[in-house]
Amino acid sequence: MAFATPAELQYSKTHEWIRIEGDEATVGITDYAQDALGDVVYVDLPQVGTRFEADGVFGAVESVKAASDLYLPVAGEIIAVNEALINTPELINKDPYGEGWIVKIRVAPGVGALMSAEAYAAFVDSIKH
Amino acid sequence: MSDRGELRRTPLYERHLALGARMVEFGGWEMPVQYSGIIDEHRAVREAAGLFDISHMGEVEVRGPDALPFLQRLVTYDVAAIPPGQSNYALMCLPNGGIIDDTFIYNLGDSFLIVINAANTTKDVAWMHECAKGFDVVVTDVSERTGMLALQGPAAEALLTRVADADLAALPFHGVARGVVTGIPAIVARTGYTGEDGFELFVAAEDAARLWDELLDAGRDAGLKPCGLGARDSLRFEACLALYGHEITEETNPYEARLGWVVKLDKGDFIGREALQRIKQEGVQRRLTGFEMVGRGIARGDYEIRDLDGAPIGRVTSGMPSPTLGKNLGMGYVPVALSTEGSEFEIVVRDRPVRARAVKMPFYRPRYKK
Repeated sequence: MAFATPAELQYSKTHEWIRIEGDEATVGITDYAQDALGDVVYVDLPQVGTRFEADGVFGAVESVKAASDLYLPVAGEIIAVNEALINTPELINKDPYGEGWIVKIRVAPGVGALMSAEAYAAFVDSIKH
Repeated sequence: MSDRGELRRTPLYERHLALGARMVEFGGWEMPVQYSGIIDEHRAVREAAGLFDISHMGEVEVRGPDALPFLQRLVTYDVAAIPPGQSNYALMCLPNGGIIDDTFIYNLGDSFLIVINAANTTKDVAWMHECAKGFDVVVTDVSERTGMLALQGPAAEALLTRVADADLAALPFHGVARGVVTGIPAIVARTGYTGEDGFELFVAAEDAARLWDELLDAGRDAGLKPCGLGARDSLRFEACLALYGHEITEETNPYEARLGWVVKLDKGDFIGREALQRIKQEGVQRRLTGFEMVGRGIARGDYEIRDLDGAPIGRVTSGMPSPTLGKNLGMGYVPVALSTEGSEFEIVVRDRPVRARAVKMPFYRPRYKK
């Protein structure tokens, strides 16, 4: 099965995507991640205003079976959280790159190591087999 | 645990792949965790029926003139109270009362069939051979040549009626009999691990795939779905059925695990009796306790439990959002004083204490055949 990996996004090895626009960015989890997790039933969201280092745990997504930590792909400060996920966490399954976004951040200078869509698709392929 | 290449596969492995199951490692086996989704499969079992491949479970045959006295020494339950054609839950304990494994014992008349946990099979079989010394008994590990399926849910009886000998679907709760299902010789028992009515079927390993196909075919119209280990876990969790390695281990005893009903101190001597008698007399320090999350957060196995002053008091054994009840529930060991309904404590969820309240167990009242 092929998973969607929109070309305009960047990706982390822990299966988050990030859309960087100027000094702001939107973060969510990838199509592969939502499929591997199964039905998302709960999202643990951070407080607006909290700062995280690159790869810092900023929350968690949970299915019936397991909790999975969320890592911020780049350092930054949370400026918005997707409050729709509190009552409809399944948006992450239905639309991981759109309505299922998780946080918006103000990006701190010095963006870390991210993957292109092509590199991420190859990475997912390598861990599936 | 082990390399994925060393994982064992059941006779249904190819079927799982063909059905698009997500495969995971469990107890040294490569098993399906879900097909259509855990919540969907969970609902199918509560409302219609589900079919589980549980061929990873260990099966041990015990036969010979001393089969009964041997089992009486091996387990805590009174095996003499299981007549031919019946079965019961039983525990194997260490001399100190710690639980080696939980088992199901089926009395087949000419022999006993003991079902044990997949991950414990090697340990259990070695222990049983050790304990069999001095008894005129033959203990045989038949796991390899046995396929095991569970057909569970309110629609299971009607489905079995259509594809099996008439007397099989009419078995009483915990009843067991040999018969024919979809033309395949099988041992059928009215047992399970979901909190619903249902059956467990034992067949020759080479017949397992055909039985699986026939049952799925016959049950499609009734809403029967293939179910993975994910739903098996969420279903047993709601019914508060213990899972070895979580609620029970060699470091827990039956009384603190609320399994005192499986310990028959007056049946004669058995391994662990002295220790268990003492534990019962002195009373337990901690008790397995069901709880509901009051604050936002989901408890998971091994999370720390603290009292309201912040002192560590125990660990969660299992926790998840309950698909049937729509609440975030858990089980864990807490001091006896905090084990009563309404007691409050905190579960540490990713470094944050979240309030929880002790509730009645089981969370979901089983709907067994009476």
